[in-house]
Amino acid sequence: MDVDTLRYLQDDGTPLGELPFPPEKLLSGYRALRRARHFDERALVLQRQGKLGVYPPFRGQEAAQVGVALALEKTDWLVPSYRETAAALTHGLPIATTILYWRADPSGWRFPEGVRILPFYIPIATQIPQAVGVAQAGKYHGENWVVAAFIGDGGTSEGDFHEGLNFASVFGAPVVFVVQNNGWAISVPTEKQMKVRRVASRAQGYGIPGVVVDGNDLVAVWKAAQEAVERARSGGGPTLLEALTYRIAPHTSSDDPGRYRTEEQTEVWKRKDPVMRMRRCLEYLGVWDEQRESALVEELETELLAALEEADRSPEPAPWSIVEEVFAEMNPDQRAAWEYLQGGMR
Amino acid sequence: MSAIVPETQTRVLNLVQAVNEALDLALERDPRVLLFGEDVGRMGGVFRASDGLQAKYGEHRVFDTPLAESGIVGYGIGLALAGMRPVAEIQFAGFLYPALDQILSHLGRYRHRTRGRYSIPMVIRAPYGGGVHTPEQHADSPEAVLCHVPGVKVVIPSSPERAKGLLLSAIEDPDPVFFLEAIKLYRGVKAEVPQGYYTLPLGKARIVREGEAASLFCYGGMVEVCQKAAEVAAREGVELEVVDLESLTPLDTETIVGSVQKTGRAVVVYEAMRTGGFGAEVAARIAEEAIDFLQAPILRVAGWDAPYPPFSAVEHYYRPDAKRVLEAVRKVLRH
Repeated sequence: MDVDTLRYLQDDGTPLGELPFPPEKLLSGYRALRRARHFDERALVLQRQGKLGVYPPFRGQEAAQVGVALALEKTDWLVPSYRETAAALTHGLPIATTILYWRADPSGWRFPEGVRILPFYIPIATQIPQAVGVAQAGKYHGENWVVAAFIGDGGTSEGDFHEGLNFASVFGAPVVFVVQNNGWAISVPTEKQMKVRRVASRAQGYGIPGVVVDGNDLVAVWKAAQEAVERARSGGGPTLLEALTYRIAPHTSSDDPGRYRTEEQTEVWKRKDPVMRMRRCLEYLGVWDEQRESALVEELETELLAALEEADRSPEPAPWSIVEEVFAEMNPDQRAAWEYLQGGMR
Repeated sequence: MSAIVPETQTRVLNLVQAVNEALDLALERDPRVLLFGEDVGRMGGVFRASDGLQAKYGEHRVFDTPLAESGIVGYGIGLALAGMRPVAEIQFAGFLYPALDQILSHLGRYRHRTRGRYSIPMVIRAPYGGGVHTPEQHADSPEAVLCHVPGVKVVIPSSPERAKGLLLSAIEDPDPVFFLEAIKLYRGVKAEVPQGYYTLPLGKARIVREGEAASLFCYGGMVEVCQKAAEVAAREGVELEVVDLESLTPLDTETIVGSVQKTGRAVVVYEAMRTGGFGAEVAARIAEEAIDFLQAPILRVAGWDAPYPPFSAVEHYYRPDAKRVLEAVRKVLRH
């Protein structure tokens, strides 16, 4: 079986027909998209300068992430894998916190109160059953929250992906499972990961809706996510949303994609760049131009520099913080280690 | 004794009934408490630990899950970090292994990796250990694996009265707690259990029998074995001290060391495979903190370095019994 791919924009950004959102909404969406791109570009530079640790860039996947985050209310939860920095920034993770997180500074590990984003998940697919628990907790609290849980195409091979979708289906949990099919699980291409053409077709096996969307089309992702979120919120249960996209960037700042793919493959997808596509769409609609673009970039750079300054002001983590916050109360062994690290036993 | 055991009426219960009573009281007391796992709902669990609780509290509080241990633990983590108090049952401790990624990567790590923004106040109960002629895989004792996970507590009760109070503490605890229940004791021990809600502190070992000749360190199903050994030894005029560790992490090193300071001899008894077992940790701590008091090497009495045998004629040779404990005692006394 196959599923139709939802699209609103052609590869060059020209609308295929009437768009589901008014221009002012599209403009706010573009702003979030461009903001994510700006962060990602600057993050790679900061990493090279030694100001970030290993960083997983998301270039090429901005629309697939931002479109979903835009469909959420502030009271909804975002459950990211490690590549969802764009989604997290859009759902309200402050830039300074994001920088500190990817700097591996403990002061960035604690996301601010009121920001409903779980920490970035490094192990693959473990977030999926957890997202179902978070979603169901809302029912006990009498809250109407929805959870958007992210995973990559490679992650769908893990058992936890299956267990989580099955739990969500059986319990009718308000979750949107977002699979960013970016073509690669580090060096392993999707066709060596699975024999189905579309991850979303697996939804049938869980008895839930499966939706495929052009992941480089912000309008399409946003619209599809909105529908899935609405279905979840109104008691319609989970949706498996597959966003077809491509990881233009290396897996992480430590990866060398030249070992497993050619430049030509990447070039094809560079021409479908989600940020450029949305910009061309706005230009087509006559609500955007070079001048507005420059003004936005300048504004984003100012915001980023302020956040960077804030992050840089954060004091170096103390050695004894290693054994803090393991339990609500330190046990005697941790207390002894804490005192040692404080220098008290030297 | 800091335990809050009210002066109240008691009834004779076995261990599984005591667990059931604790779960009942926890559900009644805190609407955030949820009970779930395989066959936990309608059936009341394969050992009946949740018997009658779904009928009493409804399917939204006590429910069956799909048959998937990683899903169960992951689901519970999600509930917990969003403000609930999940109590999950894993049908047998030997079925816990599919959930190890959830346990090792998240359960104990969440508070630390979010600097206290989130915690996982979750209890995972599982029957463990041998002695009741189970099929393959049903008698594992994986406590050492769990003790090697930062950020989780591991508690193993040895009597109905302790099980009830410790389980209620575990459910109240702000951090994840594994609560392992020796299958052998479920219906194998009956004792007076106080009525009503009471808690017993985690992280405290207790001396269940005082003696001067040597210390036996044990927990869970091995406590009755050590007590029996101590009774036999007492007939020969040898008074053994039996220390029930109860809480493996955090471990009450103070009580352990205190006992060794008194007796000078230590035997550690556990039914898991010997190599890398939790008894090795106990022995190491004694060596680190009480070596000057030792008059003999620390000995371990444990399961053999082999998988626990399924129901068969040789099964009872695996699990330590009073005879093997006494052999070790004679050895340390002769030294």
